[in-house]
Amino acid sequence: MSQTKQVKQLDRVIIRFAGDSGDGMQLTGDRFTQESAVFGNDLVTLPNFPAEIRAPQGTIPGVSSFQIHFADHDILTAGDRPDVLVAMNPAALKANVGDLPSGATIIVDTHDFTKRNLDKAGYSSNPLDKLGEVDDILAGFQVQPVDLTGITVEAVKEFGLSRKDAARAKNMFALGLLSWMYGRPTEPTIAFLERKFAKVADILGANIAAFKAGWNYGETTETFVVQYEIKPAKMNAGTYRNITGNLALSYGLVAAGVRSGLPVFLGSYPITPASDILHELSKHKAFGVTTLQAEDEIAGIGAAIGASFAGQLGVTTTSGPGIALKSEAIGLAVMTELPLVVINVQRGGPSTGLPTKTEQADLLQAMYGRNGEAPVPIVAPQSPGDCFTAAVEAARIAITYRTPVFLLSDGYLANGSEPWAVPSVDDLPRIDPGFATGTNHPSTDAKGNQVDDFWPYLRDEETLARPWAIPGTAGLEHRIGGLEKAGTLEDGHGNISYDPANHDAMVRLRQEKVQRIADSLAPLEVDDASGEAKVLVIGWGSTYGPIGAACRRVRRAGHNVAQVHLRHLNPFPKDLGDILRRYDKVLVPEMNLGQLSKMLRAEYLVDAQGYNHVYGLPLKAAELAEAIGALVGEAEGKHVDLGEHGTNPPSDHEEAPTS
Amino acid sequence: MSTVDLPLPRLGTALVPRLDEGETQTGKDFSSDQEVRWCPGCGDYAVLKAVQSFLPDLGLRRENIVFVSGIGCSSRFPYYLDTYGMHSIHGRAPSIATGIATAREDLSVWVVTGDGDALSIGGNHLIHALRRNVNMTILLFNNRIYGLTKGQYSPTSEVGKVTKSTPVGSLDHPFNPVSLALGAEASFVARTIDSDRKHLTAVLAAAAAHRGTSLVEIYQNCPIFNDGAFDAIKDRDNAHALIPLTHGQPITFGVRDEETGLGDQALVRSAGGGVEVADTASVPVERIVVHDAHDPDPSSAFAISRLTDAGYLNRSPIGIFRQVERPTYDDQARAQVTGASEAAAAQGSPEERLTALINAGDTWTID
Repeated sequence: MSQTKQVKQLDRVIIRFAGDSGDGMQLTGDRFTQESAVFGNDLVTLPNFPAEIRAPQGTIPGVSSFQIHFADHDILTAGDRPDVLVAMNPAALKANVGDLPSGATIIVDTHDFTKRNLDKAGYSSNPLDKLGEVDDILAGFQVQPVDLTGITVEAVKEFGLSRKDAARAKNMFALGLLSWMYGRPTEPTIAFLERKFAKVADILGANIAAFKAGWNYGETTETFVVQYEIKPAKMNAGTYRNITGNLALSYGLVAAGVRSGLPVFLGSYPITPASDILHELSKHKAFGVTTLQAEDEIAGIGAAIGASFAGQLGVTTTSGPGIALKSEAIGLAVMTELPLVVINVQRGGPSTGLPTKTEQADLLQAMYGRNGEAPVPIVAPQSPGDCFTAAVEAARIAITYRTPVFLLSDGYLANGSEPWAVPSVDDLPRIDPGFATGTNHPSTDAKGNQVDDFWPYLRDEETLARPWAIPGTAGLEHRIGGLEKAGTLEDGHGNISYDPANHDAMVRLRQEKVQRIADSLAPLEVDDASGEAKVLVIGWGSTYGPIGAACRRVRRAGHNVAQVHLRHLNPFPKDLGDILRRYDKVLVPEMNLGQLSKMLRAEYLVDAQGYNHVYGLPLKAAELAEAIGALVGEAEGKHVDLGEHGTNPPSDHEEAPTS
Repeated sequence: MSTVDLPLPRLGTALVPRLDEGETQTGKDFSSDQEVRWCPGCGDYAVLKAVQSFLPDLGLRRENIVFVSGIGCSSRFPYYLDTYGMHSIHGRAPSIATGIATAREDLSVWVVTGDGDALSIGGNHLIHALRRNVNMTILLFNNRIYGLTKGQYSPTSEVGKVTKSTPVGSLDHPFNPVSLALGAEASFVARTIDSDRKHLTAVLAAAAAHRGTSLVEIYQNCPIFNDGAFDAIKDRDNAHALIPLTHGQPITFGVRDEETGLGDQALVRSAGGGVEVADTASVPVERIVVHDAHDPDPSSAFAISRLTDAGYLNRSPIGIFRQVERPTYDDQARAQVTGASEAAAAQGSPEERLTALINAGDTWTID
């Protein structure tokens, strides 16, 4: 390292890479993430991209970005506001500058600041021409204009690429520069490029050259005088890897197959942001996983139900609009009491909504979005890595209780990533399919002969689950279907029944069966270190990070607040009512207009208050902390000022946990 | 791996466990204890009886047979058969059967559906099942009316059909199920009639033997809401109502000539590239179309299917229109999975391989 460079210690940094959809920003972000993960920082990422594959070039709707928050301590969110913005064109600058705190660094590729691109972004004049002048709209930021494209083209000259192809390596130049600034290891990226471009030597050479040129540019030029150091985070012992939610969820399903001994059968129709699960599972045929890309959403779940009937673990994956289409079939799975895992990677709605943005507004759809009383258990993961555990849990419930189960992920969990402590396979639960093997109902017929029948609805008295008798089992031939059946504890022969009393009993039984899942759940873990909190913050799904970060912030300012996060939304854990009643105030932050809060109010008659944002983006921890602080103030009759915290500005950054 | 190049079984039931030596079954073994509840005179009774008495001929173990249905009168079928069965939701039976057939090579999978179930609400699943060529047999009961909802016109009703929902006549052009199936490149397409038990049974036997999706359209009378829809073609005095198709035979029908064995009417190629009806006596015998159900090109079968009346049914070809060998989706999907599984088995137990999978990629360890 050059002697003249200064090294500054930081405890965390948030960087956002932003450019045109075709500029390779997701790849750049991914690589920076891998470098940081291997280096040992804790991290959380937030990819954010348009729904169009190629939105009009150079326009604001076409901007794609990738944010990474990395730190020397345990962090929970991708950060509210970036410390560093890398902007590859005027539109990327315009679209993101509003999110920056004052003092933030902006590294901008000057090459694309042409009249035409400035016009497209809506700039009447070039803001880079006004730096330091009275009308400098970027005053307050540390702007570093660099001709990234020009230098890249020069650096890769020897590979004889067209100007266009040469310019495409500019993202690697930017990555190299940022890697130098933050002391990232370069080996993983070079190894990655060697794999990715193994067959195209000139492109490989150009990308590596651009990457190194970016690094050297930081080290040798006088433009960048400070290099930052963010030490590895202290994490629990174990093996870690960086993982996205969709990948973790896919692995969880493979694991559920291995631990149950059942072949996994995925029936699915491509939909953003769930398709990656279909892609991933289609690679795992060696684990007995069959994937069927169906003609539509309904056929996807239909095939999965068929596979479950045939004795496999039926799974279907989709997003909200797909659930709408699958609803009737989910009802069939409720009625036939077959195991089925239904995965909804939620996105902004209603209708087509915001396909690439996150939201958690399908909770009530999962609860109630079917005709009739059709209870379906619901589980939700709280972080990208947690999608693994949640998938295994969904399969456990589905198989044990013979029921469809909803797994509600969301776009943020799906595409976001974090370091994941890889679990030991031996520690995962074993799931017993417990197929029926023989008749279960001895009786005597009219002639007094002993008859051994099979009753497909003769229930397990503890779980209320019915037998799972798969075709090929002699003597257990039976018919199931969507029509109401006689399947009560007293009368489980499973024949069609229009008897009013039977229907009433069956409706209650199906509800009770789902309720009994709560018997198998561990008590909730309430994070209330002082035991003196008067305010409880409760959430579900991907808001875990922002809620946790907000609570830390409130505590760091010297106030008490309790946090609990729900894995199970239906049924609720048995101790939830008692926990809710222990607190004076209950706040429910959600990326919807108050769906969990509505359920809590209805179920427990508590005055749960909503904190609701639907921007298509994760909740901002600092804003949420203010809302929690205000509620703490109200509950305790005092003024709550969260003040300024942290070792490096800006002051709304996520807090480190108090040790 | 795109397709799997291996010798695939040729018989539809090849991998389904069979009865042991000396073991026998009768139609009664396939009758469930449920009371059959179709309207008196319904054509479904005849089909049920035919199926119950035909199934023992397959010699398959009863527990390895699965019937799946959708919604409609015909879809009650599985309840009356003592096999495994699922009475599912409207139009979706082919998708559920696709899951069953793909999951298990040892099952004989049957779909029972109707004209509304298969061609209206479930049209998409039907064409995609045929396209994929999943190993199953689809029995499409066509009564040209909605029975269970009490008498609205169906996608096979003739134009101008006066029903409860179309008091001044229906407007939409009907589907010809055989033409539709051929258009979807089905590998086995046949048509038969509820009232002709012998023909029905022969077609069912051929359909079950076929590996891939077999579509069998069964003309079936609804005595309540569309009585007489097939009277003209069932009329034994009407020699020209049915055009029987036999593979390898010249297609003639009508009054049979004792000497030549040919009917008095024949199918010949038309100038437009299709087929048309001509008097047998007026055309040289070599011009008569010889039925080739195994022709890889479905054009001729399609042309024959167009001889079915779209309006009131006075004439219809029956028999096997098309029967070609094509790899099945489920055989190939299973081959991909078992191939990969067998190749991986040497790398350890599933648990060991799962451990390797989740620990792959850029990992780091903290002590």
